[in-house]
Amino acid sequence: MNLTRQRAEEVFDKVLKYSTADETEATVSSTSYALTRFANNAIHQNVAEESSSLSIRLVSEGRMARASTNKFDEASIRQLCENALMLTRLQPPEPLLLPMPGPQTYRSLNRFFNETAQLTPQTRAETVAQVVERAEKDGLTAAGVFSNGASAYGIFNSRGMKAYHEETMSEFSVTMMSDSSSGWAKRTAPYWMELEPQELAERAAQKALGSRDPREVVPGRYTVILEPAAMLDLLGFMIFDFSGLAVHEQRSCLTGRVGQKVFGENINFRDDAFHPLQTGAPFDGEGIPRQRVPIVEKGEVKNLVYSRQTAHKLGMQPTGHGFPLPNEYAEAPLNIVMDGDRSSVDDMIKSIDRGMLVTRFWYIREVDPYKKILTGMTRDGTFWIEDGQVKQGVRNLRFNQSLVDMLGQVEMMSPPQRTAGEESFEMVVPAAKIRDFNFASTTKY
Amino acid sequence: MKEFATWALDTAVARGATYAEVRVLDTRQRYLSTKNGQISQVRESQSLGLGIRVIAGGGWGFASTDMMTHADVDRAAALAVEIALASALTKKHKIHLVPEKKIVDHWAAPCRIDPFSVPTSSCLELMLKIDAELRSVPGVTLAEAAMDFRRVEQLFLSSLGSEIYQLKTQTGTGYVATSFAGTEIQRRSYPNSFGGQYQNKGYELVQELDLVENARRVAEESVALHKADQCPVGEKDIILDSSQLGLQIHESIGHPIELDRVLGTEANFAGMSFLTIDKLGTLKYASDIVNVVADATPAHGPGLGTFAYDDEGVPAQCTPIIKDGLFVGYLSSRETASTVGLKRSSGAMRAESWNRIPLIRMTNVSILPGTWKPEDLIADTDNGIYMETNRSWSIDDRRYNFQFGTEIGWEIRGGKKTRMLKNPSYGGITTDFWNSCDAICGPDYWTLWGTPNCGKGQPMQTMGTGHGASPARFRKVQVGVAYPE
Repeated sequence: MNLTRQRAEEVFDKVLKYSTADETEATVSSTSYALTRFANNAIHQNVAEESSSLSIRLVSEGRMARASTNKFDEASIRQLCENALMLTRLQPPEPLLLPMPGPQTYRSLNRFFNETAQLTPQTRAETVAQVVERAEKDGLTAAGVFSNGASAYGIFNSRGMKAYHEETMSEFSVTMMSDSSSGWAKRTAPYWMELEPQELAERAAQKALGSRDPREVVPGRYTVILEPAAMLDLLGFMIFDFSGLAVHEQRSCLTGRVGQKVFGENINFRDDAFHPLQTGAPFDGEGIPRQRVPIVEKGEVKNLVYSRQTAHKLGMQPTGHGFPLPNEYAEAPLNIVMDGDRSSVDDMIKSIDRGMLVTRFWYIREVDPYKKILTGMTRDGTFWIEDGQVKQGVRNLRFNQSLVDMLGQVEMMSPPQRTAGEESFEMVVPAAKIRDFNFASTTKY
Repeated sequence: MKEFATWALDTAVARGATYAEVRVLDTRQRYLSTKNGQISQVRESQSLGLGIRVIAGGGWGFASTDMMTHADVDRAAALAVEIALASALTKKHKIHLVPEKKIVDHWAAPCRIDPFSVPTSSCLELMLKIDAELRSVPGVTLAEAAMDFRRVEQLFLSSLGSEIYQLKTQTGTGYVATSFAGTEIQRRSYPNSFGGQYQNKGYELVQELDLVENARRVAEESVALHKADQCPVGEKDIILDSSQLGLQIHESIGHPIELDRVLGTEANFAGMSFLTIDKLGTLKYASDIVNVVADATPAHGPGLGTFAYDDEGVPAQCTPIIKDGLFVGYLSSRETASTVGLKRSSGAMRAESWNRIPLIRMTNVSILPGTWKPEDLIADTDNGIYMETNRSWSIDDRRYNFQFGTEIGWEIRGGKKTRMLKNPSYGGITTDFWNSCDAICGPDYWTLWGTPNCGKGQPMQTMGTGHGASPARFRKVQVGVAYPE
C-alpha cells in the first residue's frame, strides 16, 4: 500500500466505524525496502519488500488490548476491532490507565527524499560493481550491503489526535578482507547521496591493508581510541537505563544515581530528535511530541525520559519518549547526541605511547546490569599504536569493561558525527581516547 | 493461498526466471505478559503475504508483497526477475543448485491444545498467580511473566512442481524474578532466561512446566544471590545445566557449521566460521564422547527447528555434525551444497516470514545424551562449579573465542554441591572447550530447548532454533573471566 496521510486517515475512519470501544487508537504504517547484498566480490542476495500494517489499541471499561493485521479490507478491519475488543474483556481493569491523549502540535521535520525512495536495483548493482573493482585492485575480497527504503506511519485516536510522519533511509556498509585481515566502514542517511560508498570502500580497504599479518597483544588494560562506531555500540547498551520507569523499578544501572556525578566531567549527552543529523518522527509511540532532554551534563545524570503513563505515575511531565502501548519498558531516548571535542583521531594517536585503535566491536552483551560491565570482541581493524604512530594490526581481543567506569576515563574526543554500527541504532557520537580499557583475552585472528 | 502462489510462479517464469519458488505465509501471534501484579501486554497480530525468489540471467532476485491481488502479485514477481537481472551485473560464477525431487505434501506439526483456544483470561490468571508467588518473597523487586503463541500456515510452490503445505504451532512461556539491593541487580529465570522455554507445541507445554511450583524457589534464589560469594577466578572443572549447554551448542557449534558463513556470504554482518572446508572429516572438534546432530525431523522432538520440509522444499533430515568427536557435517542449502561438492542439501534453508529470503539456519542442533546421572557427576567432581541458566553470551565473528555468564552457580568440593556463587562466568576457545568434555548425562536429563530469537542476515531475520542437551562436565575451564580484577 502506498501510504499517504489521507489514506492513513481513511483507514482510521474505517476503524472508528467498526470499533465500539470507549477509546480507539490506530497506527497505520507502510514500508518499501530494497537491499543488495554482496560477498566474495559478487552480488549474492538482492531483495525488495513492500509491507503495511494496521495496529489498533482499544480501551474498554479501563481495560486495554492491541491487535494488528496487514489486511485492510472492510471485513478484516471489522474482525480486527472485534478481536481487540474481546481481548480487552478477558482481563481485569488497569486502575492506572490514562485516557488517550487529545490533539497535539508537532514540529515539522522533512526527512523524506524522493531520490532515496526511487533508487533502483541497477544503481545499487552498479555501485557495488565499483566497490568490487576497488577491492580487486589490491587483491581484497569485498562484502557488504546497499539498501534504501521509505516508510510512513500515522497514529490517530478517537480523542482527535492525528500524528503522521514519513521518511526515507539508506545504508551502505562494506567489509574488505585480505588473507589475514579485514576492514569495515558503514554509513546511513535519509538522503542516499550522503552515503559516499566509494569513500567507505576506500576506508575499509585501507584498514584491511594496514592490519595485515596482525600480531598478538597480551590482554590487559590499555589506552584505546574507540572510533565512533565502537563508541556507539557500547553506548547503546545504556539507553534503556535512562528510562524513568526503569529507575523506578530498580532495573536501571542509574538506580540511586540520578542527580549524581556518575561519569567524567567531560561527558554530556542529550536526546534530540530535531538534531540535523538525527532521524525519526517528531512524536513518540503514543503520539506525544518529542522534546529535547539534556540527560547527562558534566558527568551528572540530570534528567530521565518519561512516557505519558510513567510521568503520570511518578508525578513528572512526559518527554515524548514512550513506546506504543501496551509495553513493559515504557520509554527510552532514541535520538542520542553526545558532545565531543576538537581533537582528531590523528591527534589522539599522536598522544599515545602504547595503546590500540578499535574500528568496531562485535557481539556485545551485558555481563552485569548494575556495574554495567559489557563484554564483546574487537572486529575488522584493530591496530597497535606505539610512540604516537599506528604500527600494525593486532589480533582481535575480548573486552570486559564497565561502561560506567569507561565514561569516567575519557581523555580526548573528536567532534561528534552521525554514526552507524551493528549493535545499536544510529546516534551522533564522537571518537574517544579512553585510558585503562580492559581486554581480557585474545582470539586466533 | 494457492491461487496467488501459482500466479506469482507463472509470472516469474514467463518473465525469464529459470528457477522460481514462492512462499505464502499466514501468521497469527498472541503475546501476553504481566509485571508486578499488573497486566503488561495483551496483543495479537496477523500477517499474510507472499515472497518470490528467482534465478534469472544467472543472478538471484527476491521480492515480496502483502497486497494479495493479481496485479500486486504480478508486480512483485516481475520485480524479483528485474532484481535478479541486476544481480547478474557482478556475477562471477554460474549458480548451480544440487538436484531435488518434486514434492507434493501436507504436514501439520502435532499440537494437542490449540493455544488460541485457551481463554486469555485463564492465561493471565496463571501468570498473575506466578507473579504473586514471586513477589511473596521479600527482596524481589520485579516479577515478570509472559506467554507467546504463534501459528504459521505456509504454502511453498516451486518451478520444480513442488507444492508443500505446512502448519506449525509454537508456544513459549517463562518468568523472571529480579532483586535489586545495594549496588547489585540479581535475576533468576524459569524455565530458562530470555523468554523461557519455547517448543513447537500447543498449550500443553505451559501445563508441563510446573510453572507455579517453581516460582518460590526461583524468587528465593534471586534474593539469596546478593549474599552469595563471587564466582572465583581461575581454572576449574565446570558442569553446565542443560539449558546453558544448549546455548553453548548454539553459539560454538550451531553457527560455525552454517555453510554460508564458511563460504563468506555473511562476512559483513554475522561473520564467518573457523570451520573451513579442509576441516570436514579431519578436525577433532570435541572429545570422543561428544556426538552432535542437526536434526529437523519430527522424530527428534517438538523443537523450534522441527519441520517436514525446509524453505527450498528439501525434506527434513538428521545430519551428523560431530561423530565421536570428529567434525563430519555442515548445515547447507542447495546452492552451497553444490559449491562444496555435496550431493544434497542438508535441508536447512529457513525464512523468517513471507518478506524474507531463506538463509541457512540451524534446525535442532543437539548433543546426544550420555550415560551419567547428575548426582553421580557431582559426586565424581572434586573441585568445580555447577552453572545454571544463561545470563550473558558472546563469541567472536569466526566462533573461536567465547564467554558466557550464568545466573547462578554452586561450588562443588569433594563431590558435594556446597556454597552458592553469584555472577558465574567462563570462557575459552571453542575446540579446546569441546575437547575437554568428559561426561554427559543420560537421556532422562536431556531437554530440547528452544531459542526463539536467533538473529542473522541483512535485512535481519529472527529464527527459532532447537537445542537438545543434558548436563555435561568440562575439565579445566577458565572461570570468573567476566569480572575485571
